[in-house]
Amino acid sequence: MKKAYIKDISYYLPSQILTNEDLVELFPEWTVEKIAAKVGISERHISAENETVTDMAVCASEALFNQNIVKRDEVDFVLFCTQSQEYSLPSSACLLQSRLDLSTSCGAFDFDLGCSGYVYGLAVAKGLVGVGIAKNVLLITSESYTKYLSPDDKGNRTIFSDGAAATMISTEGFAEIGECALGTNGSGADFLIVRKGHPLYMDGGAIFDFSSEVVPQMIQEVLEKERIQKNDVDLWVFHQANKYMINYIRKMMEIEKEKFFIYLEHVGNTVSSTIPIALYEARKEGRLSGNIVVAGFGVGLSWGAVMLKTN
Amino acid sequence: MSNKINMNMKEFVKLFSDQFDDTDLELFTPLLRFHDLEEWSSIVGLAVLNMIALKYKVRLSPSELTNAVTVQDIWDLVQNKIDTNNQ
Repeated sequence: MKKAYIKDISYYLPSQILTNEDLVELFPEWTVEKIAAKVGISERHISAENETVTDMAVCASEALFNQNIVKRDEVDFVLFCTQSQEYSLPSSACLLQSRLDLSTSCGAFDFDLGCSGYVYGLAVAKGLVGVGIAKNVLLITSESYTKYLSPDDKGNRTIFSDGAAATMISTEGFAEIGECALGTNGSGADFLIVRKGHPLYMDGGAIFDFSSEVVPQMIQEVLEKERIQKNDVDLWVFHQANKYMINYIRKMMEIEKEKFFIYLEHVGNTVSSTIPIALYEARKEGRLSGNIVVAGFGVGLSWGAVMLKTN
Repeated sequence: MSNKINMNMKEFVKLFSDQFDDTDLELFTPLLRFHDLEEWSSIVGLAVLNMIALKYKVRLSPSELTNAVTVQDIWDLVQNKIDTNNQ
């Protein structure tokens, strides 16, 4: 079984920004700034009306190629994680192969996950590389949840943001993809849902309760598989749902603040891209070293955690 | 018995205060009118409800929290639900 590594990451955010001041103007009767301070977000990126998740995925991927660590002609598999597909069919991953001018020898498919999507993508990519089906997997996460929101939904408009991230998983790189733990509970589907013809609905309390329950459990599973203790983890990177909730879980798990990476103030909750964006920024700050636990959890209900091991 | 209740109340107030990051700890007493706190919000409310569910194994509804005025009121609700479960 070959080892699989994250080789490089990049990301793209739409240029239009919704600030706290904008929200105060839209909802003057609501305590926007108080909530925004609690969730830790002051800017959300909003995709243009005609800007699709595929468009954003192309931008993130081109940004990745422009970093000159990975080359487009090396890509032999595309995994595209999105819940905002441009068409019912064909797969948006097929469109990406064409728009990115990738080899027609690439495998490519979409998978429909949100907050857990990046971890699932790493797990699948690890499998593809591990058994030799692929050598260079382009994992793209791209989401435009803001298009699902009702204009009146002040709570969710405070949190959600649009964006895309592109990650290359290969036979070499800076972070080995270690053990993972995945889970699903479809009985919680109604807690975060977009029904046809309706805006996004989220039961914040149910999601909060779910997250506080499953995150410690799945992390424990990963630690046991890796045969290490919590104290052996050097950095924790959770899905950046909102600052207050993930800090609540951090405190519950008695994780030191200094080892807990948060990056969402100027990015917002980009759903499946929050983790790769945080990893990119953590690496830029020189904080990606040693054992890193990554955890994604949310819509589905779906969850996953994985260990990344760096030198 | 009275001392045990007082100790449990003290613990509850401490657990309640743990959900706040920016509020002076000295403000947290049983008679605190928590809705008046600058830091009080729906998100902090979610954390309080979650803490109660995890620690005391009972669930308060968001409306019960909204209608409670003091920390004592919340504690009384928790105690009533515990007593009901034990019957």
